[in-house]
Amino acid sequence: MTNPKGRFGIHGGQYITETLMNAVIELEEAYNHYKDDPDFNSELTDLFNNYAGRPSRLYFAKRMTEDLGGAKIYLKREDLNHTGAHKINNVLGQALLAKKMGKTRLIAETGAGQHGVATATAAALMNMQCVVFMGVEDTQRQALNVYRMKLLGSEVVPVETGTGTLKDAVSEAMREWTSRISDTHYCLGSVMGPHPFPTIVRDFQAVISREIKSQLLELENKLPDVILACVGGGSNAIGSFWHFINDKDVRLIGCEAAGRGVDTFETAATIATGRLGIFHGMKSYFCQDEYGQIAPVYSISAGLDYPGIGPEHAHLHDIGRAEYVPITDEEAVNAFEYLAKTEGIIPAIESAHAVAHAMKIAPSMNKDKVIVITISGRGDKDCTAIARYRGENINE
Amino acid sequence: MSNIHKAFENGKAFIPFITCGDPDINTTLETVRAAVEAGADLIELGIPFSDPTAEGPVIQAANLRALKGGITTDKIFSMVEDLRRDIKIPMVFMTYANVIFSYGTEKFISRAHEIGIDGLIIPDLPFEEKEEFLPACHKYDVDLISMIAPTSENRIAMIAREAEGFLYIVSSLGVTGTRSEIKTDLAKIIEAVRKNSKIPCAIGFGISTPEQAKKMAAISDGAIVGSAIIKILAKYGTQAPRYVGEYVKAMKEAVR
Ligand SMILES: Cc1ncc(COP(=O)(O)O)c(C=O)c1O
Repeated sequence: MTNPKGRFGIHGGQYITETLMNAVIELEEAYNHYKDDPDFNSELTDLFNNYAGRPSRLYFAKRMTEDLGGAKIYLKREDLNHTGAHKINNVLGQALLAKKMGKTRLIAETGAGQHGVATATAAALMNMQCVVFMGVEDTQRQALNVYRMKLLGSEVVPVETGTGTLKDAVSEAMREWTSRISDTHYCLGSVMGPHPFPTIVRDFQAVISREIKSQLLELENKLPDVILACVGGGSNAIGSFWHFINDKDVRLIGCEAAGRGVDTFETAATIATGRLGIFHGMKSYFCQDEYGQIAPVYSISAGLDYPGIGPEHAHLHDIGRAEYVPITDEEAVNAFEYLAKTEGIIPAIESAHAVAHAMKIAPSMNKDKVIVITISGRGDKDCTAIARYRGENINE
Repeated sequence: MSNIHKAFENGKAFIPFITCGDPDINTTLETVRAAVEAGADLIELGIPFSDPTAEGPVIQAANLRALKGGITTDKIFSMVEDLRRDIKIPMVFMTYANVIFSYGTEKFISRAHEIGIDGLIIPDLPFEEKEEFLPACHKYDVDLISMIAPTSENRIAMIAREAEGFLYIVSSLGVTGTRSEIKTDLAKIIEAVRKNSKIPCAIGFGISTPEQAKKMAAISDGAIVGSAIIKILAKYGTQAPRYVGEYVKAMKEAVR
């Protein structure tokens, strides 16, 4: 049998170079030691509440609900967290863990820049060095976040290899970790990569579903009928799903970036167009050609522009516990503008993929049904790109 | 058991790495032949991958050049068939797990055996995951070559005990690429291997000059060189085989 460590069904594992093996083993041991440690957890809760601003709101989107005319819609407001996205949950956990392990330097990959900003923030807070790898294409799409990271004291390395997007940033961060391990923790930004990252990141993001569950019980005295979240690597989605996985009546739906459509090559919808493979330390589904070369994926959303999906999602898909749907650029941009106009909330273009699916399914659902959409981040960072998509240049 | 042990019966081994299809198949064919003629003991053939995470800039660029040139796994299989008509020394494939897995593990490994490949080096396949490919490797008599890194420490014995073919000792932290200095205490690592296994040890990563190769071979059973050869290919393109031949000759003389 293959290595049972860090497996989700057939997915997951530790497909990395020998050079990194002791580093991930050390990380796993440290995590197992601290995850149930009361001091560690009270420190983390304190950071969540007093620094990141948790718990995040579960907001009833009244106008959107009325306008769509079906299910009641609640928004889980991860966009209101400090630094503007769910990424901070994972980063505070990992940075605290790294600190306990005696590491003094954090490295990270970033797509949209939200995970990079969160890592740079935690590094500043905890007095650690920080280097963020970002695809050169994304440094242009997300220039504001590049500036934020630098302002926070982090070095930003533009990655020019491959397609100059998120996958190349992950590869480069892995290469950097291989060359400098003793003082450096690789703060991976999603539920992907080799074990133990998919588990660690999921556990730190699980706060999202823990809160949704208790908040909705208080507001509606019931469980949600549907939970919607966008999926890049899948961290905000697994965080939103986790405490509902055993509640079989709750539909869990992950929204993937279809880019220009799943019937084109310009897509990043892994479940819709990928197949089983081994990459970036894990067995999972990947967009690839017949010879296993990783496909150059595309989405308007830098944070979803990744050719793979976390191994636990791959497993939830296999066993039919969660569904994964593709959402095109056009649908996401429409949803981005729709939420701004109906609720006065500008979501991240990533999160807008989840909003778009709610717009499709809510109208035909009964009024006593409840949909929770995780708004994984806020959309300020995307305004330039969306304006450009609509043919407007706001940076003259 | 494969033929890999034969590579270590001719003094210390010199093992060149060549990315298949960089810049084209014909150049690879000629480069391999030139290297063999110049005294190479084992040839490491790289099957390009789009995202080679263990590779530094030089080999990354070679992978991209080869893929741009339209190389595929099937074309490489045919190329090796051609080579095997006259090349008798052991040859191994170096590639990433997805290239093998995606082709179909059994299909890939049985075909590799058929065309005369002796072993596989898979940088993103650590000891813990080798069951992914080991059953097929054993079925078709292809050695699955393990790596030991400067960070392996307490893992050396475990890896060495189950090693087959030869052990690839990674000289330094980081990715492939030439280095001016190799600082790892490799003698100590090799001593730990010898306590657990009789398997030959070849050192790779960072070696480029005859002096370095000589030093590395003195404490092990051979030296592996990749980036330095790829640089010659990048510089001379289709004219490279001659220059690679000269380089291999100098290196083999140094390690002998
Ligand atoms: C706001 C936002 N949402 C979602 C994602 C996608 O990541 P994940 O699927 O891990 O939640 C990103 C990644 O950059 C992001 O910035």
